Amino acid sequence: MSEVKRGYVRPLDLKHGRVDMTHGSGGRAMVQLISELFTRHLGNAYLGQGNDGAVLPAAVLNGKPARLVMSTDCHVVSPLFFPGGDIGCLSVHGTLNDVAVMGATPLYLAAGFILEEGFALAELARIVESMARAANDAGVPVVTGDTKVVERGKGDGIFITTTGVGVLPDGLELGGARVRPGDVVMVSGSMGDHGVAIMSQRENLTFEASIESDTAALHGLIAKLLATGADIRCLRDPTRGGLASTLNEIAGQSGVGMMLQEKAIPIKPVVAAACEFLGLDPLYVANEGKLIVICAAVDAPHLLATLRAHPLGVDAAVIGEVMADDHHFVQLTTAFGGRRIVDWLAGDQLPRIC
Amino acid sequence: MKYIDEFRDGEVAKTLAFKIARLAQPERSYSFMEFCGGHTHAISRYGLSDLLPPNVRMVHGPGCPVCVLPIGRIDMAIDLALHQGVILCTYGDTLRVPASEGLSLMKAKARGGDIRMVYSTLDALQIARDNPERKVVFFAIGFETTTPPTALAILQAAQEQMRNFSVLCCHVLTPAAISQILESPEVRQWGTVPIDGFIGPAHVSTVIGSRPYEFFAEEYRKPVVIAGFEPLDVMQAILMLIAQVNEGRAEVENEFARAVSRDGNQKAQDRVAEVFELRREFEWRGLSVVPYSALMIREKYGSFDAERRFKMDYKSVPDNKACECGAILRGVKRPQDCKIFGTVCTPENPVGSCMVSSEGACAAHYSYGRYKDMTP
Repeated sequence: MSEVKRGYVRPLDLKHGRVDMTHGSGGRAMVQLISELFTRHLGNAYLGQGNDGAVLPAAVLNGKPARLVMSTDCHVVSPLFFPGGDIGCLSVHGTLNDVAVMGATPLYLAAGFILEEGFALAELARIVESMARAANDAGVPVVTGDTKVVERGKGDGIFITTTGVGVLPDGLELGGARVRPGDVVMVSGSMGDHGVAIMSQRENLTFEASIESDTAALHGLIAKLLATGADIRCLRDPTRGGLASTLNEIAGQSGVGMMLQEKAIPIKPVVAAACEFLGLDPLYVANEGKLIVICAAVDAPHLLATLRAHPLGVDAAVIGEVMADDHHFVQLTTAFGGRRIVDWLAGDQLPRIC
Repeated sequence: MKYIDEFRDGEVAKTLAFKIARLAQPERSYSFMEFCGGHTHAISRYGLSDLLPPNVRMVHGPGCPVCVLPIGRIDMAIDLALHQGVILCTYGDTLRVPASEGLSLMKAKARGGDIRMVYSTLDALQIARDNPERKVVFFAIGFETTTPPTALAILQAAQEQMRNFSVLCCHVLTPAAISQILESPEVRQWGTVPIDGFIGPAHVSTVIGSRPYEFFAEEYRKPVVIAGFEPLDVMQAILMLIAQVNEGRAEVENEFARAVSRDGNQKAQDRVAEVFELRREFEWRGLSVVPYSALMIREKYGSFDAERRFKMDYKSVPDNKACECGAILRGVKRPQDCKIFGTVCTPENPVGSCMVSSEGACAAHYSYGRYKDMTP
């Protein structure tokens, strides 16, 4: 007679185990992966129901039905672990920020995982734990998810797609098309930290920069800004393509130009040095925890003070202003005294940064 | 940042701009060619022409390694990647240069070519070590600055007796290109390209020294000021060139003395001489076939020469008819004079090579200065 208890299931080997095709096949192995890893760390009442979808209460704000904001983001960053974060917390922050810059309070997240056969379960556990921590800190639960496994060589370890839903108060309209000449452009802190942190870890680059990714959830900071009642035209997080590409996007949407002051743009010396060395322009390097705020000039001082009072905005600065320009150019007065365009990013400065 | 900020100081720039405006004689005009793409980039990026008086004009030269690479050479690299099954290692700038049949190395990569961007020749060597069953080719381009690292990689590969590593050598020589420009009818006979002096290369000169330019100063009576790539270096060099022109001097002066000596880097020159010899002729984009203007790998290191190893022949391919890269590289036209500039030809969809690298005259003008062409 076996000593093993009836109903015993050998737990996932989170130390040495690896993802195999059965983890995505819909059978017991998949159920075990979900229960021992995903629901264990990300667990909440919605996810715990184990249904095909989460049943959520209707969104209500101040007693009235509220508008929803929904956003989705795929994460393919390489390497998966980098100074200051990993693909797990990045996938939470990225989507939360996309919802929050619309002015919405994020409420729920969904997560989809594409795992490559052979991926170490220990790394998967680290990533899921990091996701759980980020979601927990943000107070936004992952209410539904999906896992697929692809054959070895058909993926790159892990890809994560997250979708976020939030509620938007009536009357609040933020957007890239609302910017007007005379508005002021601010950033919440130093530019380029995330991209350089990733770059410092890439296998064919041997420089060691003591720089961490700025990956962070911005909805707390954004709530403080919105609470001031100031006339904020547009909020955006300058991720891929960096500050330059994001401002070009907004200039195009609103049909305006911008004039930035190079000296005013906060860039950490170590980031500036790394960019100099690699031939990159920090204005095009990605951020994952920074905010662009464009507002009416009259509200700028107050909003700047609000930004600086928050831990994620201590280095906030006014970097330029919006002007009328039929060509929608974003221009820069260089620290040198000349003038130039800050154009869209052409090509690819940094592969797979988020 | 030390050694950088000092050379980008806006206050010093103002002082220099004032001195230039005072020294430039209003009744005459000054036309200087900055040979290097690095200078072109600095001029555009820092908005330097805003600080110059209207009678001081900069003419962009051909010193952008990616720009002068003819289509046929890119075709050879693409052929290696797509049809010879090699791992092709290349510097990033080269990836987007347009080649035949609408291809580029980037597009060849999407079609399945194993093309990898490297920052250094040593990365290419490491890829060869890591993939002993694969043939690895380094696509070596550039002027004298990038030549010594290629020589070093070949010497290292020889020492390690690596059998799977070779180099597609497209290294070119700066003095030959300057001669070609000075000998061109536009400069010599027709005077359509007025050149009153040259801003001499920065990084190239750290290797070859300032001596090779003495010939141009004497023979063609053109002043040369070797300058660093920082914006203040360029301003200072312009001031020195104006002084030479005013005084009727044609000398080689060295603004970049912090890095350039008269004899250059002897060790680097020795390595290059050990591995390479002169090519009888080489086709440049824009300058056509220039005798003794490029390097090839010596017989002794022939096993590391991709052209020998894969029995490749160079085939000249004409540029797109509408593309003015050739005239722009010779200083005959400015980017904005090209009919397809900024419309058909943009950094996203470059037709000519000058729109590819950030050092290219067209890309620099498009990315930083095109607002000046627009009516408000």
